[in-house]
Amino acid sequence: MSAPALTRPAPQEASPASVAAATRRRIRGASRRRLVILALAVLAVAAFAVTLMAGRTFYPPGDVWRVILGEQVPGASFTVGRLRLPRAVLALVAGFSFGLAGVTIQTMLRNPLASPDIIGISSGASAAAAIAIVTLSLGEVQVSVLAIAAGLGVALLVYSLAFRGGVVGTRLILIGIGISAMLDSITSYVLSQAAEWDLQEAMRWLTGSLNGATWDQVLPALAAAAVLTPLLLGQARGLSAMQLGDDTASALGVRVERTRITVIVAAVGLIAFATAAAGPIAFVAFLSGPIAARIVGAGGSLLVPAGLVGSLLVLVADFTGQFAFGERYPVGVVTGVLGAPYLVYLIIRTNRAGGSL
Amino acid sequence: MARRPAGVRTLWLLAAVLALAAVMVASIAFGSRDVPWADVQAALGGADETLGQAAATKRIPRTVLAVVIGAALGLAGGVMQGVTRNPLADPGILGVNMGASLAVVTAVAFFGLSSPTGYIWVAIAGAALSALFVYTVGTLGRGGATPLKLALAGAATSAAFASLVSAVILPRNDIAGSFKLWQIGGVGGASFERIGQVAPFLVVGFAVCLLSARALNSLALGDELAAGLGERVAVARAVAALGAVLLCGAATAVAGPIGFVGLVVPHTCRLLVGVDHRWLLPLSALLGAVLLTAADVAGRIVARPAEIDVGIVTALIGAPFFIYIVRRQKVRAL
Repeated sequence: MSAPALTRPAPQEASPASVAAATRRRIRGASRRRLVILALAVLAVAAFAVTLMAGRTFYPPGDVWRVILGEQVPGASFTVGRLRLPRAVLALVAGFSFGLAGVTIQTMLRNPLASPDIIGISSGASAAAAIAIVTLSLGEVQVSVLAIAAGLGVALLVYSLAFRGGVVGTRLILIGIGISAMLDSITSYVLSQAAEWDLQEAMRWLTGSLNGATWDQVLPALAAAAVLTPLLLGQARGLSAMQLGDDTASALGVRVERTRITVIVAAVGLIAFATAAAGPIAFVAFLSGPIAARIVGAGGSLLVPAGLVGSLLVLVADFTGQFAFGERYPVGVVTGVLGAPYLVYLIIRTNRAGGSL
Repeated sequence: MARRPAGVRTLWLLAAVLALAAVMVASIAFGSRDVPWADVQAALGGADETLGQAAATKRIPRTVLAVVIGAALGLAGGVMQGVTRNPLADPGILGVNMGASLAVVTAVAFFGLSSPTGYIWVAIAGAALSALFVYTVGTLGRGGATPLKLALAGAATSAAFASLVSAVILPRNDIAGSFKLWQIGGVGGASFERIGQVAPFLVVGFAVCLLSARALNSLALGDELAAGLGERVAVARAVAALGAVLLCGAATAVAGPIGFVGLVVPHTCRLLVGVDHRWLLPLSALLGAVLLTAADVAGRIVARPAEIDVGIVTALIGAPFFIYIVRRQKVRAL
């Protein structure tokens, strides 16, 4: 994973009197950021390893490693290789995709509420996937393609409905909420018409779940993340320049429209592939960015940290949901319960501060 | 909006009554089974000998429930828009319906609630608490309860409650199936017994709401002016809101959270009869009943022989309307 360019002016107050101090601070911030990324990556790998080893039965690291290398280990080959490994990989990939895409869209629209799971992109991908699977009984590839088409279509629709001589974040969010309501009701309808009224399946498409993850589901999401992540990270510089406003960004040499389109398509692609595999895991896209911002501090690019936070969130939430309670909860319910209070808290805090959201 | 002459307003009111009669007949006549007209007439007369008559008879309580719930939600929406002076106010958008759902689901899953009257009390308590919560959150900070802050606070609270509802019902396979259906919002399983259980609550709610019309007219002038006219602003607002909450809670207890009726209907009514709440509120109740009943009939016809729950139909009709209003608002006004 390549780190994006680090030496770029931090958008904080730049008092000319203390350029040297600012430079020092920036250098310190950059090294802190690298440290944070390293720590998050280590944590994510550790969580990944723990979910492979622990469960109903415990397998020592040696066994797990041999399974990953492709050796036959009695017992472990099935449990770890067939059940836990695809699930853990999907958690890692889907979490990373949601976190990365979420923070990208939040950054671009300069509003933490403008995350894909609030403005309807996830709902669109989810509705399309539910229709493709339940009503049309299509295969994994077609499902992913439809989910992406729907995600992009919804993003385009919300954006163009919100466009009235410029896009205002708040209008876009409210319109997204309206569109989500429609799409969720379509998903509910499709599921209520399913031949077997399976609540697990319903939960997968309404809140997200990793239950029964197979390699067939995981591989498209993995491939999409492998292609789209470098593409997005390549736009990191342009993206943070655009936070200063379109005019400033183009004065800095950023091709604003091209950056915006690339970023939207890549982010929506990540969301759609991850949603087609795991459902719209609730609030991961929404939570990862702000959490990463807290850890990294102001100024640095949040793309990689947010992706790692997303992976960590999904891995830990899935493990917790499976084993911490008497019942097995799908991951989306756990992240939903975590994210919901934060959403309300965010609104309270912004209102208190008198911000315009 | 200009005042409409009384004649025009009476005409619209009459038209609404006629439309209501028409959709009620349609609701009894149409369904997943074709029933000949003679059987429908016989069923209305109380006969249920043939298969067709029996089917039509079963549709009667469903129709009544749709009418009552629609009227309650339309009226509650009109009152909420008046109380908050907010064009985006709707029991669904403000999180009130979801609050009622969460309260019912929690009480059933953890406290073994099973009496139908208990359902209603719990739903009303949940609706009231979430209305209070959303209003408090939306009022924080500069500018008080602006439409945007209220709508966002409501949508956020709604989303938060929805995920809590999933968390509560998921492990309970025994109740999960029926909750899943209830959660979409529908009038399918109606019976006169259930309608009778909510009737007292609805009657009180209707009375309180309709009687607040004059107070809402004063509030529309702004708090200072209303106080100058001798209105006790805080009391008037609280009473009207309580009436709306009663209606929403009771409606949610029988039919599940049904969104957007309370948004679409009052706006349409304002176009027809103007902003006077004494006309606006009764017409909102009537047209709410028409909309919900029509949506229920449409849901039964479109997907024959299956049915689309009315909560889904209203979301499909109402959400575009919500988007239209958001688009029409100037950014500053939001």
